[in-house]
Order: sequence, then structure tokens, then C-alpha cells
Amino acid sequence: MRATVISLDRNSIAGLSALFLTFILSAGDAVADVVTPEVPMGRGAQCVEPIEIMRRDHFEFIKHQRDQTVYHGIRGSKHSLAGCIDCHASKGPEGEFLPINAEGQFCQTCHTYAAVKIDCFTCHATVPD
Amino acid sequence: MSCQPMKKDESVTLAQHRRTFFTQAAAGVSLMALAPGVRLVELAMANSEDSLPSSDKRWGLLVDTAKCESGCDECVSACNSEHGLSGHGRPETDAQWIRKVDLKDEQTGHELSIPILCQHCEDPPCVDVCPTGASFRRADGIVLVDKHICIGCRYCMMACPFQARSFIHEDLTSQKTHSPRGKGTVESCTLCVHRIDEDQEPACVEACREAGHDALVFGDLEDAAGPLASLSRKTATRELRPDLKLNTGVRYTSF
Repeated sequence: MRATVISLDRNSIAGLSALFLTFILSAGDAVADVVTPEVPMGRGAQCVEPIEIMRRDHFEFIKHQRDQTVYHGIRGSKHSLAGCIDCHASKGPEGEFLPINAEGQFCQTCHTYAAVKIDCFTCHATVPD
Repeated sequence: MSCQPMKKDESVTLAQHRRTFFTQAAAGVSLMALAPGVRLVELAMANSEDSLPSSDKRWGLLVDTAKCESGCDECVSACNSEHGLSGHGRPETDAQWIRKVDLKDEQTGHELSIPILCQHCEDPPCVDVCPTGASFRRADGIVLVDKHICIGCRYCMMACPFQARSFIHEDLTSQKTHSPRGKGTVESCTLCVHRIDEDQEPACVEACREAGHDALVFGDLEDAAGPLASLSRKTATRELRPDLKLNTGVRYTSF
């Protein structure tokens, strides 16, 4: 019986802490402390989809597009990987394009942050033509 | 009596009914799909029938061996530069999509020099043996590898009677945007599918013409008025290994 009382106490402590944390986070300052990657955008100003959608679903778009291209020969439409690279490749100090999968570049920065390995560039070009 | 076979005209009517039903059903489905926030532009692009490869066409190549010059490898170099193929000084394993082969008839001394490449068979052995479905034949007759699902088992290389396929053994960099290639996958002549999709001819054909030989004729085998079909009708052509009954898209003439 005594044990049950203690465990109830623990539960309520946990609940209170969660409430407290939520309060702190919603106060504002704590959110700014979250470290997010700084992504070099290249030329890209206006993406083919809203940024929020691209962040979540870009791989779905690319995967769909790849079959469209390989099997149906539909090239250069708006979700092509070549399009991503054209827009988002940055230039180095001498004006040459830097590989988009190099450390610190557009694709790699986020994928390092999210610990996701990209396989695209085993085969695909990493700089615009 | 109810098991009697259907009369021919009855079956036609039924088939037509079925077709009409499916067409209408498809129209209904596409209308429903249109409703929630679908962009009409995308729909138009996806449905643009002109851009989709169809079996109304069959792309092919005719090699006039009388015009193909021994020692000339313009087609090979054009292919290498178009697709960014570069060797590692290991001829046994270096990628090779097209190669020149010199033949000599020992009896008569007659010599030939011909390019050998993927023959874009109608019944490709590489597609038969592929365990993942990566080797496939596009609707318009071009035999390709979907490298996204190729596991590099190389069964297709063993099955191909023309040794037309290569395996990439090394990590690659500096690939061409239009020709993705990477370690662990099999590849072969794509008939420059990226050019065909933009109404251009393959790089080897262009290079052969520019070199003044004009030994390669590219075109649609189904287009009776086109250059390839009309030339093939007038001249005796042959396929390599006709005994295998592969009905190749690449044919040879003058030998």
C-alpha cells in the first residue's frame, strides 16, 4: 500500500515537471536555444514548393520524379534532382561550383544534422552542367 | 446449353462494353482526384501524351558496314564523352558501351570493321534474367537499367550474347547530369535516351556523320516513311546472332 502511494507521488512530480517545461518553452527564449543547421542556399530564392513542404517531403518528390524520368522519359519537370542542384549549388572563391554533397553544402548540411546518409550522389552529378 | 461458346460478334460487343466502362470509370476517378488542390499544370504535364514513350515507336539503328571505316573510333569517343565514360587503364573491366570489332574472312581475306553495342532486343535476355526488374525495356524499345533498383548481381552481363554491358567497379565522381552512373551497378548503351527524349539523335550517329562516314542511321523502325524503316525495306539487313530470335533493334547491312 505504501509503495503505491510513493509511485503516485512520482507520477504527479513527472506531470508537474512536464507542465513546467511546457511553460518555459512556450515563454519563447528556450526555443531559440535549439541549434539548427545553417544551410547555404545557393542561388535558390523561390523553391518549387513551400519550404515547409520541401523540408518534409523532398525525397518523396524526387523518388516519384525518378521513375517518371527513367520509365517515361519525362525530364526537366519541376521536381527533378537536377533542378535542385541548379538552384542550390554554391560557388567557391574562384567562381567554381562546389559539390552539393560536400561538407557544409546545401544537401549535406541538413543530412549531417539529421544523421541521414544520401545515396543520390553515388551516381548523380553534384554540380550543375 | 449455357456452356456454349460466345458468338464472335457478341464477344466484340462485350469487349466494347468493358472498354467503355473502364474509360468512363477512369474519367470519373481522374475528376475526383482533381478536386482537392491539384494543380492543373502538373496534370497537363503528366498527361502530355507526346512526351511519353509509346509502343507506336521502336527506336533502332542500322549500321552500314561498307561505310564503317577500319581504325575509326569516332562513335566510341563520342559515346565516352557524351556519358563521361573514362577508363582506369584496365581494359578487362573498364566501362565500354560501344566498341569497334575488326573481322576477317580467312577464306577470302575480306575484312570488316563494325561497331558492337547493346542491340536493344525485342526479347532481351538481360531483362529475362534480372532478379529485381532493374533491367527493362522501355515502351519505345530502348533497353535500359534502372540503377535505383540494380543490385549489381551481373546476371544480365552473363546473359547478354553481345557482351554489351559493363559493371562499375570504382567510386565515380564528375558524372554528367543527363547520365547518372555509379559504383555497384550495371550499365550499357542507352541509345542516348536523354537525347531521344529531346528529339535528337544519339551521339555516336552524330559523330559518325560529322566524321564524313554516315555509317549509322538512326530512326523509328515503325515509321514506314522514316529514314531507318525505308532504308531497311530497300536493303538486306541482318541481326547479330539471328539464331537466338531476339529481334534486335540494331541491325547491320552490306555484309
